[in-house]
Amino acid sequence: MSERVGTQGLLFNEPLLWERGSRGRSGMSLPRADVEPAPVDEDLVGNGPDIPDLSEPEVVRHYTRLSQWNFGIDSNMYPLGSCTMKYNPKTNEKQAARPGFAGAHPLLPSELSQGALQLMAELEQYLAEITGLDAATLQPAAGAQGELTGMLIMHAWFKHHDDRRSKIIVPDTAHGTNPASAALCGYRAVPAASGPDGILETAVIDRLMDDETAGIMITNPNTLGFFEENIKAIAQIVHRHDGLVYCDGANMNALMGIVDLAAAGVDILHLNLHKTFSTPHGGGGPGSGPVLVRKKLEPFLPVPRVVPDGKGWRLSDDFPLSIGKIHAFQGNFGVMVKAYSYIRSMGADLKRASQLAVLNANYLKERLKGVLHLPYDRPCMHECVFTDALQQPYGITTLDMAKRLMDYGFHPPTVYFPLVVKDALMMEPTETESRDDIDRFVEALEAVAKEAVESPELLREAPHVCKTERLDETEAARNPRLTG
Amino acid sequence: MKEISELLFPENTLYAEDHEWAKIEDGVATVGINDYAQDQLGDIVYVELPQVGDSFERGDEFGTVESVKAVSELYMPLSGEIIAVNENLEDSPELINQSPYEEGWIIKIRPDDDNEAEELMEKEAYLSFLKGDD
Repeated sequence: MSERVGTQGLLFNEPLLWERGSRGRSGMSLPRADVEPAPVDEDLVGNGPDIPDLSEPEVVRHYTRLSQWNFGIDSNMYPLGSCTMKYNPKTNEKQAARPGFAGAHPLLPSELSQGALQLMAELEQYLAEITGLDAATLQPAAGAQGELTGMLIMHAWFKHHDDRRSKIIVPDTAHGTNPASAALCGYRAVPAASGPDGILETAVIDRLMDDETAGIMITNPNTLGFFEENIKAIAQIVHRHDGLVYCDGANMNALMGIVDLAAAGVDILHLNLHKTFSTPHGGGGPGSGPVLVRKKLEPFLPVPRVVPDGKGWRLSDDFPLSIGKIHAFQGNFGVMVKAYSYIRSMGADLKRASQLAVLNANYLKERLKGVLHLPYDRPCMHECVFTDALQQPYGITTLDMAKRLMDYGFHPPTVYFPLVVKDALMMEPTETESRDDIDRFVEALEAVAKEAVESPELLREAPHVCKTERLDETEAARNPRLTG
Repeated sequence: MKEISELLFPENTLYAEDHEWAKIEDGVATVGINDYAQDQLGDIVYVELPQVGDSFERGDEFGTVESVKAVSELYMPLSGEIIAVNENLEDSPELINQSPYEEGWIIKIRPDDDNEAEELMEKEAYLSFLKGDD
């Protein structure tokens, strides 16, 4: 085995800023006032906010120490399934930090925001071209809001056609937020079971789809990492009942430039710019979840929309069928700049990125087969799903292995998801990991699997070299401490 | 996790494919999740209960149970009206792990249709279903 990536090191404890510092301490010097003090209106006088008095080194050390507790894609491989934790090129950050973009105020009039509006209009066109659909909104803040936006558009379409529908089909391999998005639009989720190959069977949809059902929410590739090969036939069934096909495109990293989703029958699609189109994520945002639609659904997209006005671009609310606004201003603009920068710098190589993401996942799957139990032994897309079945006889669970991997310097994979696989470990290496790094990850898992047999207590008590040892997750969930 | 042979499945109790149990006495069905389900879920940390008076069809979701691993839906083993919920679960969801058939019961329902119970499984049928499922 090559030298282990994870080692040990000194980390510093760090209190809250309010527990540091001392009255009168300051991190900045203000220039001497060159005007006379002016009395403040008495109504405005009172106790100010409780801001601690700190010196500059105290503040710098505080944030540096906290950052050292962190693990990110810039530290090491982060194979979190269904999350596409790919390396994000720094040029994207540089473009988003350009003063013209970073300092742009959303209330500036259109004539002073032409660059920003042009970027949004072009990004919409690029996303349409990459997916095969016709029109886009960039407003949704992340995937789940994109789903909700997609469902609101679906709901508005049926309402416009005076067609009342109450149900929607959601496969067991869909993303967990799908039923919630549908429920918010008044649809009851009808579960559809995937077949023995881990994909949907046409006959199942044929049985479930009727004129009371608005359509289907299909995740493709699905959460088992498989391409829904029957999507076109499924879409035809849904369309025969005048339903709509919503595709959860969170896993688009496997398909860029390869699959024309409109030709596959998809009517509405959301993307996660922060996953597929390269923005650091994982800490809760900011994300961006654009929604793309076919031409017939374009009138329902949220407003304001960026439209050409002859000499440039402006924002327009003049879309009477629109579902309205779903985010303050135009959405998370910084993420759009990063996605634009990524698409422009990758160009036609976006397709190669998807091909390599799929190749890496299949390589990882083949190397780990036998180390971990592989429930669906067939070619995968961008991610692969294992279980702890080979380790259970030694009393070792998915969670134990995930915790132990941290000692080896890797972020654990997604655990216990998708629910359709019992005790799952779901891994997505992405295209940005080299073969060397994937090999090191495999070696780490091989070592963990060996330890599971020889010294299982090492795993049950893991992690050992992290800042925090194994937490009592049950206690934390039953009695959460919501303050510092 | 336990082997199937280590799990408890009382007699005079009916079992659903989604691993709920129902025990019918004097026209009232008490419903919970069985020993297999609680063992698979692991430590249960939260239970979302329906309102007394709600009515559901068989197979409808009537609540959710959240463990450290996942959030899972609870499905009605029989159609009917909710006439009681186990409020102790709000503060002590671990009752489901500790005593899935007694103190960890989840709801009581008044079944709409006596014939539906025939579609649920007795202990032996459920065990063979479980062995095929595993």
